[in-house]
Amino acid sequence: MNNTTRVLMISLLSVAVLAGCKKTVKETPPPPADTTGSTGTVVDNTTAAGAYGPNDLDTDACLRQRVVYFDLDQDSLKPEFQAIVGCHAKYLRDRPSSRMNLEGNADERGSREYNLGLGERRGNAVSSAIQAQGGSGSQISVVSYGEERPVCTESNEDCWARNRRVEIVYTAK
Amino acid sequence: MKRLPHWLAVLALVLLPLAASAQQQGLEIDIVGGNASALPIAVVPMPYQGSAAAPGTDVAQVVRADLERSGAFRALPEASMVERPTRGAEVQYPTWRALKQDYLVVGRVVDAGAGSYRVEYELFDVAKQERMLGLALTARSNAMRDVAHQMADAIYEKILGVRGAFWTRIAYITQTGLGKQARYALMVADSDGFNPQTVVRSAEPLLSPSWSPDGSRLAYVSFERGNSSIYIQNISTGARELVTSFRGINGAPTFSPDGRRLALTLSRSGNPEIYVMDLGSKQLTQLTNQFGIDTEPTWSADGSSIYFTSDRGGRPQIYRVASSGGSASRVTFQGNYNATATVSYDGKKIAVAQGSGNNYRIAMMDSSLGSPRWSTLSPGSLDESPSFAPNASMVLYAAREGRRGVLYAVSADARVRQRLVLADGDVREPAWSPYRSPR
Repeated sequence: MNNTTRVLMISLLSVAVLAGCKKTVKETPPPPADTTGSTGTVVDNTTAAGAYGPNDLDTDACLRQRVVYFDLDQDSLKPEFQAIVGCHAKYLRDRPSSRMNLEGNADERGSREYNLGLGERRGNAVSSAIQAQGGSGSQISVVSYGEERPVCTESNEDCWARNRRVEIVYTAK
Repeated sequence: MKRLPHWLAVLALVLLPLAASAQQQGLEIDIVGGNASALPIAVVPMPYQGSAAAPGTDVAQVVRADLERSGAFRALPEASMVERPTRGAEVQYPTWRALKQDYLVVGRVVDAGAGSYRVEYELFDVAKQERMLGLALTARSNAMRDVAHQMADAIYEKILGVRGAFWTRIAYITQTGLGKQARYALMVADSDGFNPQTVVRSAEPLLSPSWSPDGSRLAYVSFERGNSSIYIQNISTGARELVTSFRGINGAPTFSPDGRRLALTLSRSGNPEIYVMDLGSKQLTQLTNQFGIDTEPTWSADGSSIYFTSDRGGRPQIYRVASSGGSASRVTFQGNYNATATVSYDGKKIAVAQGSGNNYRIAMMDSSLGSPRWSTLSPGSLDESPSFAPNASMVLYAAREGRRGVLYAVSADARVRQRLVLADGDVREPAWSPYRSPR
């Protein structure tokens, strides 16, 4: 990763932090205490000012974006997805008990097994980017579905572009 | 190729009744293409001459379809058969010479007791006026297609000197429904697509079926545990074993020719690499260690080397490495995307899915005559997953038609293609079985 990217990522991250901060303070009341008797601790529910809480996954404009798209046969993260990576990295930092699966996918062209590899590479690319912004690798699992989980089944460029993706799925909020 | 339209018409005639009965099984079968240089053969209808209920299978028709599908023969349509001998003594050679037939097969079905039938048949060389073969096969009613495929194998071998591969099976994956409604199945059918049987059903994707060399087991990849895992399943008992479920990719299993080892892809090191597992001890040996995707291992017939797909040079190409390990060498140099190699029994031919832009076709690299010669076996668009017949006379592959996947069998000379379509849903990833009886 070159310096320019790093600087860009850091500045995007600051924006994400600010955005997250504002929203939490203005709109989101602290989530009610967990009464279901789950393993959630008190600390989990008393978020520090500016830190993300579980509700933000549904309300925060950045966190609600959970899909990163890729170019054909590429696994490098496009600049427009750095913001998404940034806010999810912050979420992982803010909530050490949270866990995410990064589900890598490919379009239908080419061999299925090779596409499993390609999907994993994309998952790894998002994982590295999140870790570069302070998310912990122990909170992230990468799973590749190759071309087996298309969101679109037409054989055209539009559809292929929608299938070349990594989906961020929280397994623990 | 000027004679092609004529042949299409003839083939349509031959196949009309076949198509009708195939649809009852959920499959359509049609031949797209013809071969003017194929050997003319007449397979005369073989009537039931017993006293019980007649068997449901038209044996002669199955034999005819098999021989046609190989690309090496063209069968005389029933309507052109002005005589219908059922035994050698009834054969009038001038009739068949006038019909320009090189070979003639006649026979009949009789009772063999206990609800079984016996097919007695003979093969003749029309020009030499000689009997080449006279055999009888006995089976119960539900195995009459097996009998017909074995007859086709014997006829094919007697005339061409190459073992027939009609009495074999194919494994493939089907998908019905999309998204959360998607259901997957690993299926096994006869080589002509008949008698489909479900081996495994799953709500999660299944892929990459691969036969054990004795045809008793299938290795495959399932996502039922969330991540990819490799299983080996016995086809007749249904017993199955989880082989690997490491972090990362568990993919592309293929049995060694002796059935004692499994080549596979694992990315537990962080990157997809080729491994060989000793199925007795479960011990893993890592064969590749390269920054790049290494996957789709497939064994040479003698088990000494493993071909695989790697993008270490930038784009996917086929490489070869000794199955004991060592450095890999690149095998394919034509085409900018070559993947999913299938290797013929003699190691001389390698078929791949070859991509160029948005077009993927099945291509074959033939080194029989020394330096490799390439030919194209499929018309292309999104053709993938080639699999050689055990005698390398045909290649099975998957294609997309609209939004559905279909299977094709194409003769290795690319002259005859046959489509096997599941009536409902998507069919893909065919794998041709080994021979059903060892020699």
